[in-house]
Amino acid sequence: MLTLVGLGLWDEKDITLRGLEEVRKADIVYAEFYTSKLVGTNVEALEKLYGRKVVVLERKDLEDESWKIVEEAKSKNVVVLVAGDPGVATTHSSLLLEAKRKGVVTKIVHNASVISAICSVTGLHSYKFGKSATVSYPYKGMVSKTPLKVIKENLSVNAHTLLLLDLNPEPMTIGEAVRIMEKVDDGTLNHFAVGVARIGGDCYVKCDHFYSLPDHDFGEPLHTIVFLSKKLHFTEYEFLREFADAPKELEEFVE
Amino acid sequence: MRAKKMVDKIKELMYKPERIRNMGIVAHIDHGKTTLSDNLLAGAGMISEELAGRQLYLDFDEQERERGITINAASVSMVHEYKGNEYLINLIDTPGHVDFGGEVTRAMRAVDGVIVVVDAVEGVMPQTETVLRQALRENVKPVLFINKVDRLIRELEVTPEEMQKRLLKVITEVNKLIKVMKPEKYNEWKLDVTNGSVAFGSALYNWAVSVPSMKETGVGFKEVYEYLQNDEWKTLAKKSPLHVVVLDMVVRHLPSPIEAQKERIKTIWKGDINSKVGQAMLNCDPNGPVALMITKIVADPHAGEIAVGRLFSGTLKPGMDLYIIDRRAKNRVQTVGLFMGPKRVEVEEVPAGNIVAVVGLRDAAAGSTCTSVEEMEPFESIQHFSEPVVTMAIEAKNPRDLPKLIEVLRKLAKEDPTLHVTLNEETGEHLISGMGELHLEVKVEKIRREYGLEVVTSPPIVVFRETVTTTSPVVEGKSPNKHNRFYIVVEPCPPEVIRVFKEGLIDLKKTDKSTKRKILTEAGLSGEEAAGVQEYFEGNIFVDVTKGLQYLNETMELILEGFRDAMRAGPLAREPCMGLKVKLVDAKLHEDAVHRGPAQVIPAVRSAIFAAMLQAKPTLLEPYQKVFITVPQDMLGNVTRELQGRRGQIIEINTEGDMVTIVAKAPVKEMFGFAGAIRSATSGKAIWSTEFAGFEPVPPNLVEEFIMEVRKRKGLKLEIPKPEDFLS
Ligand SMILES: Nc1nc2c(ncn2[C@@H]2O[C@H](COP(=O)(O)OP(=O)(O)OP(=O)(O)O)[C@@H](O)[C@H]2O)c(=O)[nH]1
Ligand SMILES: C[S@@+](CC[C@H](N)C(=O)[O-])C[C@H]1O[C@@H](n2cnc3c(N)ncnc32)[C@H](O)[C@@H]1O
Ligand SMILES: [Mg+2]
Repeated sequence: MLTLVGLGLWDEKDITLRGLEEVRKADIVYAEFYTSKLVGTNVEALEKLYGRKVVVLERKDLEDESWKIVEEAKSKNVVVLVAGDPGVATTHSSLLLEAKRKGVVTKIVHNASVISAICSVTGLHSYKFGKSATVSYPYKGMVSKTPLKVIKENLSVNAHTLLLLDLNPEPMTIGEAVRIMEKVDDGTLNHFAVGVARIGGDCYVKCDHFYSLPDHDFGEPLHTIVFLSKKLHFTEYEFLREFADAPKELEEFVE
Repeated sequence: MRAKKMVDKIKELMYKPERIRNMGIVAHIDHGKTTLSDNLLAGAGMISEELAGRQLYLDFDEQERERGITINAASVSMVHEYKGNEYLINLIDTPGHVDFGGEVTRAMRAVDGVIVVVDAVEGVMPQTETVLRQALRENVKPVLFINKVDRLIRELEVTPEEMQKRLLKVITEVNKLIKVMKPEKYNEWKLDVTNGSVAFGSALYNWAVSVPSMKETGVGFKEVYEYLQNDEWKTLAKKSPLHVVVLDMVVRHLPSPIEAQKERIKTIWKGDINSKVGQAMLNCDPNGPVALMITKIVADPHAGEIAVGRLFSGTLKPGMDLYIIDRRAKNRVQTVGLFMGPKRVEVEEVPAGNIVAVVGLRDAAAGSTCTSVEEMEPFESIQHFSEPVVTMAIEAKNPRDLPKLIEVLRKLAKEDPTLHVTLNEETGEHLISGMGELHLEVKVEKIRREYGLEVVTSPPIVVFRETVTTTSPVVEGKSPNKHNRFYIVVEPCPPEVIRVFKEGLIDLKKTDKSTKRKILTEAGLSGEEAAGVQEYFEGNIFVDVTKGLQYLNETMELILEGFRDAMRAGPLAREPCMGLKVKLVDAKLHEDAVHRGPAQVIPAVRSAIFAAMLQAKPTLLEPYQKVFITVPQDMLGNVTRELQGRRGQIIEINTEGDMVTIVAKAPVKEMFGFAGAIRSATSGKAIWSTEFAGFEPVPPNLVEEFIMEVRKRKGLKLEIPKPEDFLS
């Protein structure tokens, strides 16, 4: 059996009771930290709490050589630990598909995800989010225009945009993300956004003009950004004002 | 004393571009280029007459002396007086051996005119044709010097009529070549005895005549014939001296940089001609921005690397910062100078129109564009006729010397772009590829002598090309995360399409859509394909025939990277690919950019191409050589036997007197060691030369054997991969 266990957002204590049971029952416990990370902890701390050895996998183990894991799961209980909620880093769906195709039973233990937690820390309505996008590192100087395009599409239907930040080779900071996006900006980004750091831990949330975000000290990653829609519900504004130190000018955008 | 005065004159003349002639000397091997250059130098008072000719002053490299051939192009300057005015002649002597053809091609970029030298006895030879083509392609104007006329009389004992007939035949043949290779210039550049664009003589015995010289000296054909018959060449050399006749011809018929640059810039530079630098180059303006094209890197024991090149505009001074455009670097000029024989003379500055030697441009390689304009469009890259077809593995005898060997190999590749160096950190196998056995031999010897490194080399091998013979089915390539799919078809590319790109008739970034479409459809692509060509890479093209796919645009660069990766080393034996048309017919991409990054797209595209190639009847191509062999009639059998044992095909046999010339074609792989074999088969009586003849399919019965041979050498599994190996 192949079980994906979500680890939540911060440290070893975020695992659910159900998840812990699965880990303790497993024959082998793997973990991957390339789709997301638990910044508040390390592997030793996980092992200590679970009382189990945890083998960290690299991308190629789960992608190029996924068949090995699936093969193992035919005869053993294999657990793969994933930060957040396991299905949210889309890529694991192909692992589950492959397992199903090869007759291996699969199971998922859920946990909090950045996707849901973002609503809790910003007070933004989950109903008002559009597509999300990842700001990736430029490759040979080429900046992806996808995030900008997604923001535009979302703006056109008055939706917020959750911008996730690239993790490889290093977790990207809000400052870097703004500088990268600036390279392809056609004026769209002249608006307000919310920067969020370390959800689940010593979380810091700050609302400001997109280009002013780098002026604030967000501290260590992980970071993420919400690019706001042009129309805010009054409760969204009030929440941002009280919990994210939003500037006065934001009030103009309240419907 | 004399040398000092000469330097002063040169310094004065370099500011008068209308009094400068930049010219090269080109010819088939051994036709007397270096002898001619030496004696021109001696005549101009640059070296003593005793030194010239006999010792081949310009072949100053140890290996050149031992082998008796020129290996490196050498630049010199001299002063010549014509009709009361002094002229600065910048001359580049080039090698004639095919293996060093790269030197000729590069030199052609630095000069505006050439003296084509032809041996009166041997006549126009294959390499004469090649070097002439190299000059004409660069829009460089030719004049003709028919050399070794003494041999006609002394060795062949021809009659005066026969002598004239032979000379005329050479002129007619060269003219025919000009007409074919450069029809638009033929009327202007046609060689003509009566206007003095042709001279005859003997470089070794220091005399020459031309129609204009005959009028001045009274020494005509009749007199020449008599002097030579009476062995009075010394008198002849006094009455009608080589350097006067030849350099007069150069001054009269070859263009000054001012004239030449008006025409040439458009051939060698594709930037905006109305820009500041464009206009400065067109006018050879010393006050314009600096635009310098490096044509040679010379290693100097004292100064380090010296970059030699042609300054098309601006004035070069020490302390200037120049952008090396193609390397994205910025270097400071330390010293500037001119060459005189092996000696470099430093000067305070060098203005536009000259051939200059610069110290300090450490990032520049042969072919680099160096300029004061940060965004300058680089000069057209120098295109070589031949390709590096012979390869050797090289390692340091003492493993500790490996870092030094790598450094030296990098340096050599920078000096000579026709030498390809492949460093494989993984397997530790370092390969050097060159134009021929001799080319590699000379480089290896240089590593030993000049860098004091003991190295071990493998016997020469050839690098094959992988290609396909039919159209593959649509192959689906998946990214490692299985969230992206690429649908690819591989098929043979029409050769005409490859030619269009190879010769630079199309620039994918600049050529406008309708021209591109017209040229490519005429060359054999469908309209849809022509519009979709994304990239030309080393004899292969990538075509996108998908329609309006979301996100494809920003993924294209990664897709092309996968394509180039695959083309560098194909599936059969990890040899480069050639002649492929890789078509992207569809793709499914993930919404989010991180899920379609380089680690996903590159391997997906590469594997799809490999799997497609394996389903399109893949095969190997191997390099061929044309071989020209002249032997006494009675040895014809020995020669044909030798060729047939090497999978050679005889194309032509021509008899002239008691000599026959055999033209044949054979795979380079079988031609290793031919030099020794033909010598013993003909008791050293054969005169022969070779020429690169492109790639051809390996005979079907040998394909597998050759693939395994290569796989074994590279330490790959000894079986031919299957399409499934690349699809998961
Ligand atoms: N009889 C005769 N021999 C000549 C003449 N010019 C050159 N040679 C001889 O031809 C041979 C080749 O001369 P080079 O000047 O080295 O020829 P090259 O064209 O520079 O040769 P590469 O640089 O190797 O291509 C030498 O032995 C010269 O002495 C000439 O006018 N008459
Ligand atoms: C692919 S997503 C996370 C997927 C994960 N499975 C989940 O459900 O949360 C990774 C990105 O989310 C953001 N992120 C994840 N955890 C975070 C946290 N605790 N605080 C801030 N941002 C976080 C970061 O931008 C990070 O690069
Ligand atoms: Mg020579």
